[in-house]
Amino acid sequence: MQSDELKQKNLSASLFAQKSGHALVVLFLTIWALLVLFPFYWMLLTSLKSYSAYNAEYIPKFFTLSPTLQNYADAFTAVPLARYFINTVIFTVATTGIMLFVIIPAAFAFSRLQFRGKDLAFMLFLSLMMIPNELVVITNFQTITNWGMRNTFWGLILPSVTSVFYIYLLKENFEQIPEELYKAAKVDGTSDLKYLFKVMLPICRPTVITITILKIIECWNAYVWPRLITDDEAYFLVSNGIQEIRENGFGRENIPAMMAAVVVISIPLIVLFLIFHKKIMAGVSRGGTKG
Amino acid sequence: MKKNSLRPWLYLLPAIAFLGLFMVYPLVDVFVYSFEEGYNSASQTYFGTGFYNYSYVLHDPYFLQAVKNTFLIVMITVPVSTAFALMISLGLSSLKKLQELYQTIYFLPYVTNTLAVGLVFMILFKRTAYSEGLVNLLIRFFGGSSVDFIDGPYWAKMFVMCFYTVWVVLPFKILILTSALASVNQDYYRAARIDATPKWRIFFRITLPMISPMIFYLVITGFIGAFKAYSDEVALFGTDLNSAGMNTIVGYIYDMLYGNSGGYPSYASAAAILLFAIVLTITCINLLFSRKNVTV
Amino acid sequence: MKVVLQDLTKIYPSRTRKGEEVRAVDAFTFEIPDGKLVGLLGPSGCGKSTTLNLISGLEAPTKGKVFFGEDDVTALPPEKRGVGLVFQNYALYPHLTVRQNILFPLQNLRGKEKLTKQEMNTRAEEAAGLVQIDALMDRKPSELSGGQQQRVAIARALVKMPRILLMDEPLSNLDARLRLQTREEIRRIQRETGITTIFVTHDQEEAMSISDLIVVMKDGVVHQIGKPQSVYDEPVNLFVAKFLGTPGINLFTGRVQQETLLIGEEAVLPVKGCADGKVIVGIRPEGFIPSEHGCVSCHMERVEVMGRDTSVVSTHPCALNEVIRSIISAEDVPNAASGVIRFEIKPNKTYLFNPATEERIRFTGTEQGGET
Repeated sequence: MQSDELKQKNLSASLFAQKSGHALVVLFLTIWALLVLFPFYWMLLTSLKSYSAYNAEYIPKFFTLSPTLQNYADAFTAVPLARYFINTVIFTVATTGIMLFVIIPAAFAFSRLQFRGKDLAFMLFLSLMMIPNELVVITNFQTITNWGMRNTFWGLILPSVTSVFYIYLLKENFEQIPEELYKAAKVDGTSDLKYLFKVMLPICRPTVITITILKIIECWNAYVWPRLITDDEAYFLVSNGIQEIRENGFGRENIPAMMAAVVVISIPLIVLFLIFHKKIMAGVSRGGTKG
Repeated sequence: MKKNSLRPWLYLLPAIAFLGLFMVYPLVDVFVYSFEEGYNSASQTYFGTGFYNYSYVLHDPYFLQAVKNTFLIVMITVPVSTAFALMISLGLSSLKKLQELYQTIYFLPYVTNTLAVGLVFMILFKRTAYSEGLVNLLIRFFGGSSVDFIDGPYWAKMFVMCFYTVWVVLPFKILILTSALASVNQDYYRAARIDATPKWRIFFRITLPMISPMIFYLVITGFIGAFKAYSDEVALFGTDLNSAGMNTIVGYIYDMLYGNSGGYPSYASAAAILLFAIVLTITCINLLFSRKNVTV
Repeated sequence: MKVVLQDLTKIYPSRTRKGEEVRAVDAFTFEIPDGKLVGLLGPSGCGKSTTLNLISGLEAPTKGKVFFGEDDVTALPPEKRGVGLVFQNYALYPHLTVRQNILFPLQNLRGKEKLTKQEMNTRAEEAAGLVQIDALMDRKPSELSGGQQQRVAIARALVKMPRILLMDEPLSNLDARLRLQTREEIRRIQRETGITTIFVTHDQEEAMSISDLIVVMKDGVVHQIGKPQSVYDEPVNLFVAKFLGTPGINLFTGRVQQETLLIGEEAVLPVKGCADGKVIVGIRPEGFIPSEHGCVSCHMERVEVMGRDTSVVSTHPCALNEVIRSIISAEDVPNAASGVIRFEIKPNKTYLFNPATEERIRFTGTEQGGET
């Protein structure tokens, strides 16, 4: 009887320990989630505060009762934010488009066609994955300069249109399509190109979409190469633009306007992420790294 | 078969052209540059060949400062971020309802422009004439004395640097570890529970060995990534990293190439090759270490 | 459309420099009569799939020729041969609906053969009707059962009205019940369309049950061609005898002495016209009759009753199989559960093979025996 009671007590005690342990875990995770979200909240909040209100707050308030869009107007008028934005869209679309045009045929050749030297060529391709960007950027800078392509879109785009990793990813995916589909298509008189567009690409659409999204993210956040290759504001991308705004724009201290600019350039990717977060996360966990 | 032997190469042509022009040729060229002494970009001439560029870089105080900064960042952020990511992933895997929501939130920094968010961090940590900044107010609230994290003492700048780096690299690590944890066969846990295995023992004897290949992968990529730290520094401290004393090796390379102190591709090449050598060495050490310790 | 294979040979170069080349198909000569259903039968790796690929044109022969009717198609690419091909795993395009899958081959037609949308749809409906999948036209392959997918694959192969229909292991991905059903279906479709059909299988029962002719292959060599029953009754060599029939043929070492067949020390059969010497004796399971005075004495292990069949499992010191299986009629079941059991054997179910060449040795034993 007594031992039964004791057991009961022990059981409820361990249940309690389990529950409170779980609560601690949730608390810890929630705190971190807030820490992740806080900078986003802060940029949005600050961007809605008026210049005078922001500077009047010695202790910053965590909310604002009189939100204003004036900062957004300033961001678009005082600095060429729209220009940066359009440049980045052009750069991103062109780079991603040309990249698909380059990698899809290559992946197709490696996965589907038989030819002499294929294995050797593929090995050489793979070994290029180990080359760090920092090692080649110096010569590329010289090449683009010599070609007179500084401060042009071509100069920005050309060095970023190939990715050995994406060729590899797509090739692996193409190879998972059963051999028989190709034979069936051949017997029915389908040409290689038609097979690629009518069968392989539709089947591998999820991978193509993932690659496209990852490349868009990479392009949108590109900083180092654009900084090297452009010094004319007319060709700045958003990353360089934000740096320019920080150092020279708005007379340095108009932080609410600065934050408005930051919100504007962050929104496209956040929207993209909210729509495609499952695809993006699945794609990255399959082997992406921070661009 | 034979008549088609050129066609596959046609498919490969765009890729080969771009890779050859912007990866293979530069790779050869960077070595050539690094040995050409006194190269002049304008006239494209040089005096002679030798190790002078390396010697110059190795004696440049800015480079030494950059190496010190880079190593500090690597040695602090890689272990901290990996361990922290592991803790968060373990916590996440025990959640049911909130798991997906939290996972999505944690991943958010991955898709944001690090320069833009870096600006927010700068504002939070900066102390100006008008405002203490939110972080300093918190420190004061808890009884500490405020410090300028952006223009202040070295340790403070290094702290905010590492903090931001961890914030930026965590999403990727959490994602990888969460999926690694999810892929561990649940039967192992069931078997362990039936044998009344204590929790810590389950963690060290089952979970950790099972996900050790992924942890190891994260450590290697973490090292490589942290050695290339640059744009996060720019985000916090501005483009003139040398005067802030917060330059990194990659930053040094770019400064040598371009900007106020630029125009020295030979020095930049030498520094880039030194960086590559360091990363290669560390990666090899990692691989050797892992072969002994990682159970696959 | 008849199909003629003339000295058809396919040799794969060796993978390693010193390794031997592989003769996947060796000098295959055969004429497939118009409108027949032919089964290519053999163990895996015997070259039957390669033969099919040579006929379809997916692979080019090293030597020899392929004729469809009077046309030499050896040099034609697959799409110009007018063949329909059905695969083991169906090879349906997963992103297309059933209708789009069936239409796919028609959309490739160009020039004179090009069809209007209307004609294509009619043809697709007809093909779907033939294999009875009209109701499933707008589903995706993943929403169909294995049997239904197989029908779609057949419809896709038939829709362009091929001269020859080829099927590579069409039934192996189906479960046992569906397999029976589908093979009747294939038989029916082939009869209705009258298209010369060649299918590949490793399952002898499948081949025997629906083919007009079977071709037994091993290691790239054709061993025997004939009507299923006659190949079963008159195997030309040990391999064919072993490969056909379930349960398999029982094998013994024996010898011929003065035109009498001996297994161990027991005289079993008179074998006229056989030279003295060692032989391998093959006896079909249905060739045994339990009898008090039988001439083969075995040690009985157990009796198995499976549905209609009753089989006796026994052992014999000269047997090459581990156990001897004999299928007997229910009234002959022995009383004893163990001990010695004696059998008479039927001469027309008994075959002798040369132990060195494994070729059949013909004999005339009684009036029933051995006519070809």
